[in-house]
Amino acid sequence: MIELKHLSKSFVTADGKVEALKDVNLTIRNGEIYGIIGMSGAGKSTLVRCINMLERPTEGSVIIDDRDIGALSENELRRIRRNITMIFQGFNLLMQRTCLKNVCFPLELAGMNRAEAKKKAMELLETVGLPDKANSYPAQLSGGQKQRVAIARALATEPEVLLCDEATSALDPKTTHSILKLIREINRNFGITVIIITHQMSVIEEVCERVAILDEGVVVEEGEVGSVFANPRSAAARRLVFPEGNEIIVPEESGDERRLRVVFNGAEATTKPLITQMAVDVGIAANILSASTRCIGDKVFGNMLLGVDGGEEAVAKVCDYLQKAGEIVVEEVKNDV
Amino acid sequence: MFDGTFSFEALQDAMPILLNEFPLAVWETVYVTILSTAFAIIIGLPLGVLLVAGDKNGVLPLPRGVMSVLGVVINLLRSVPFLILMILVFPLTRLIVGTTVGTVASIVPLVIAAFPFVARLVESSLRELDPNIIEAAQSMGASPFQIIMKVMIPESVPSLISNFTIAITTILGYSAMSGIIGGGGLGKIAINYGYYRYQYLIMFVAVILLIILVQIFQSVGDRWAIHSDKRLKR
Ligand SMILES: Nc1ncnc2c1ncn2[C@@H]1O[C@H](COP(=O)(O)OP(=O)(O)O)[C@@H](O)[C@H]1O
Ligand SMILES: [Mg+2]
Repeated sequence: MIELKHLSKSFVTADGKVEALKDVNLTIRNGEIYGIIGMSGAGKSTLVRCINMLERPTEGSVIIDDRDIGALSENELRRIRRNITMIFQGFNLLMQRTCLKNVCFPLELAGMNRAEAKKKAMELLETVGLPDKANSYPAQLSGGQKQRVAIARALATEPEVLLCDEATSALDPKTTHSILKLIREINRNFGITVIIITHQMSVIEEVCERVAILDEGVVVEEGEVGSVFANPRSAAARRLVFPEGNEIIVPEESGDERRLRVVFNGAEATTKPLITQMAVDVGIAANILSASTRCIGDKVFGNMLLGVDGGEEAVAKVCDYLQKAGEIVVEEVKNDV
Repeated sequence: MFDGTFSFEALQDAMPILLNEFPLAVWETVYVTILSTAFAIIIGLPLGVLLVAGDKNGVLPLPRGVMSVLGVVINLLRSVPFLILMILVFPLTRLIVGTTVGTVASIVPLVIAAFPFVARLVESSLRELDPNIIEAAQSMGASPFQIIMKVMIPESVPSLISNFTIAITTILGYSAMSGIIGGGGLGKIAINYGYYRYQYLIMFVAVILLIILVQIFQSVGDRWAIHSDKRLKR
């Protein structure tokens, strides 16, 4: 278990003090995949670097399995770091070493003999699916392959915790998916606790069980991924859930069309689009003027602006129909939206 | 002034010198240059590492006083003109070699002049390294010494080779200069025959040989640097 207690970190720079973290309290359970999401500059990297004391917190403590990491000597810290390894956005492989030698690197640091280290490194390259790249240099690999080598390297010392700082942010969506799949496999097969730092919600949705939202150094929301994203209360959370912005641009009014704002608060997503289904069920074809919705798990969030012809009666029918679907709020929009 | 430099008579005069003295002079220049560079690297490399690692954001921050002294000493040595430095280190040369004249004796001032230069070159090579790579090594529990020996130096090898090539060609030029006060090699021949006896043909040949040597060192160094760089896809 990793406990962050009242963690604060400030940097003194030429133009004043920067408070990168403010009283962060989090508990990460053994064996889970925990996400920390926030915009650029929110303090995510600082937070993750405090966990292995690459950055000393200004205040507060990091407690891993009842040991206060901040109280350790440099020597003990180096030993502990073999147990809390890290992967990065830029992979950070040694460019003048082959992939195999890169994976051997942490074992060399730990003083393992060459032959043994090589054997272990080879096994790990197989685990990440790159046994044929053992003698290639990082420059000869794609981004996804480099991250796989970095993962193999991070696993070499058999850690209990893997920290991923924007590990997929430099990768395309398909590669991101495959790396996340690998991370999930590693989490399951080796029982490694994983902390994923990202600015992309899709990453959290895909692999994390719990999430904390970090905004300007403060944890603004925390909990199960489903419930945090289902009901984003803070402005920061809403920005992340609806990055395009959920304020609707209302087009010019036309004729006797009436407008309805439909807010989805976690409605069950159905196989058939709701509006199409409504046309079939009540015989009113609504015009979707704009929509900003997204699915999280199997729930729909966001809102939609409908144009409905046919006066008061039709509007009432539509409201009635949609509200029956559950977790949907419908309100009529007047000119002054 | 150069009238008759390339005349038949001049060539006749020069021939015995070209045949008898030049082979040895070329050899002296080459080995003085290589030995001096080697010693300058032996001293300059650790100092260059210290300049980077000892920095306040480095892997092994040293007290500010130590770093200032180091910086000042290096700058001081670098700002003394080579010929003056050569005279200044006469006592040291005598202590080490037993004499201040001759080919071997010129190695001492060459090393003293070159190691601060090499230290700065090493410093610039090591600063090119991506700090994230060092951070990654720290995150794996590397000690400062391990980071220096296993990350900073090996990852900078191509850049170090390029910079050592610059060092060796510069030292070659200095070694020629050392001919003025007692050093051996091509510089001595160029000065003795060209400057003192007006046998300009010999001076030209010596200069051309120096240029050829620079070219050889430079192209071998360039090729080696490129060949050693695993960042280049092949
Ligand atoms: N070494 C440092 N010195 C000064 N300021 C820093 C340092 N590291 C981070 N910061 C500042 O702390 C804040 C958080 O940075 P960071 O943790 O890198 O954010 P994120 O990873 O979420 O983008 C930023 O305002 C950044 O400028
Ligand atoms: Mg970051």
